[in-house]
Amino acid sequence: MSKQLKSNLITYGIIIAFFAIMQTLVGTGTISSLFKGLLVPICVYTIMAVSLNLTVGILGELSLGHAGFMCVGAFVSAFFSMCMKESGMNSIVRFIIAIILGAIVAAVFGILIGIPVLRLRGDYLAIVTLAFGEIIKNIVNVLYVGKDSSGFHISFTDTASLGLSSDGVVIIKGPQGITGTPNDSTFLIGIIILIITVFIVTNFVTSRSGRAVMAIRDNRIAAESVGINISKYKLMAFAISAGLAGAAGALYAHNLNTLNALPKNFGYNMSIMILVYVVLGGIGSIRGSIIAATILTALPELLRGFSDYRMLIYSIVLIALMLISNSPKAKMFFEKYSIKQLIGTKKAQKEEV
Amino acid sequence: MALLDVTGLGISFGGLRAVDNFDIHIEKGQLYGLIGPNGAGKTTVFNMLTGVYKPTDGTISLDGKNITGQKTTQINKDGIARTFQNIRLFKELTVLDNVKAGLHNDYPYSTVAGIFRLPSFKKQEKAMDERAMELLEVFDLDKEYDFLASNLPYGKQRKLEIARALATNPKLLLLDEPAAGMNPNETKELMDTIRLIRDKFDMTILLIEHDMKLVSGICEELTVLNFGQVLAQGKTSDVLNNPEVIKAYLGDD
Repeated sequence: MSKQLKSNLITYGIIIAFFAIMQTLVGTGTISSLFKGLLVPICVYTIMAVSLNLTVGILGELSLGHAGFMCVGAFVSAFFSMCMKESGMNSIVRFIIAIILGAIVAAVFGILIGIPVLRLRGDYLAIVTLAFGEIIKNIVNVLYVGKDSSGFHISFTDTASLGLSSDGVVIIKGPQGITGTPNDSTFLIGIIILIITVFIVTNFVTSRSGRAVMAIRDNRIAAESVGINISKYKLMAFAISAGLAGAAGALYAHNLNTLNALPKNFGYNMSIMILVYVVLGGIGSIRGSIIAATILTALPELLRGFSDYRMLIYSIVLIALMLISNSPKAKMFFEKYSIKQLIGTKKAQKEEV
Repeated sequence: MALLDVTGLGISFGGLRAVDNFDIHIEKGQLYGLIGPNGAGKTTVFNMLTGVYKPTDGTISLDGKNITGQKTTQINKDGIARTFQNIRLFKELTVLDNVKAGLHNDYPYSTVAGIFRLPSFKKQEKAMDERAMELLEVFDLDKEYDFLASNLPYGKQRKLEIARALATNPKLLLLDEPAAGMNPNETKELMDTIRLIRDKFDMTILLIEHDMKLVSGICEELTVLNFGQVLAQGKTSDVLNNPEVIKAYLGDD
């Protein structure tokens, strides 16, 4: 138990240290404005990676539609903020409600998708979740929602068919998405949501429910034989994972002026990118996901000096990371030359003398 | 009335009649053996008792309650726990967490309480730790409590599986070939453990086993299955001397 607590404290420590360092660098103006613009996305993708790790590492199911839940959270929260923009509500309160709303709706989607999908296993589950992510993205691209004095109007064809009265405004404009979302996301809020995410995931994992989820992952038949309700706990883990992705989506949406669903941000490319963070960080390791997502989000920016060769170097780094994190020799090397070990051997040498 | 009453149990897979007209009556506190040649349908009987398969005919009642055709999870709650022929532990969990997974339904604090570490979480987790450690001590596994289950030696994995099954607080414990793959010393130790479980927990045990030394050493009554049908039933010594049993299963030399 205390070992677990220590490990969690280290994770929180890393996050807070990262925040403090970045804030100082921003304060002293040492980092470029481009990199400064990456701070919120780093939070978004670390939250995505941690939440996907709950599905892939803890529940043990390969989901390729995680960006779909992010998309749901992004659009729901941005829609809410747009509706409330004129109401004079405090922007922080409005943003908090938007995040919670985004997370809840994404979690509901998680449950709705999870009920049929979690009956499948392995490759089949991966394929269906992949399709789900694409479906969400495409639905958003043809969705038009407007608001006027008589209420909300929804259409799947174009703006004209909404039939808005003269005082109406179109909020979601199909492929053009939502424009004018208030820029409420800050690095601080991002870090706070990340800490909440880590808190929820690590505490879930070390509680009765998390134990049930891991028991199902390790052996479904045995889990059933000790009286664990399989579908309930699978669905629970999947819904929490989706809800956290929704919160990340809300953070993402409020960092941009224009929110639209492109293959780049909510497509399967993104889902696979998040999966890459999880796999490289170590499946089941929360801290690993955070570190991998941070480095890999910042890397393209750090490699800007290589201009055209940027993506080439990026892929080489990816391959190198993959090899290193899986090679026993590399592991031995790091164990041998880790800080702890160096201090330890020094002590041992002294004793010998 | 017996603790477990099974009458006319049968199951067909397509045209194959795997088990037919199977009856068994086990009294509370009994150590009962189910033996027979490979493919006789012993594990199929276990799978029907625990709801993995739905029987085609017959009834199963536990402690007066009809549990025929229930789901595995419900049957476990009603009081049947089992181990598996091929060990099925939660490999990536610690030894302690394996047992705590077995205690899942006895300590039903909510997920929210778990995430926010509410008092009910702390209280129940503490009680769970204590009960799990008590169980591990009985099986001499308490020193390895923080090992991953997959890192235990084979014999201890078998014991851990029994401990996990007992954690669900069953009325009837089903052991599927507990001595499979064990050397004679481990088997002897296992016999003592099984007797200990019966006495300490006042448990009723039904076990499948091929090791005749173990069967004749601890079982009070036996049922012999052959080709899905009951060949003989009764006191261990009578059954093992039954000429038909010798011919079908034990072999006459």
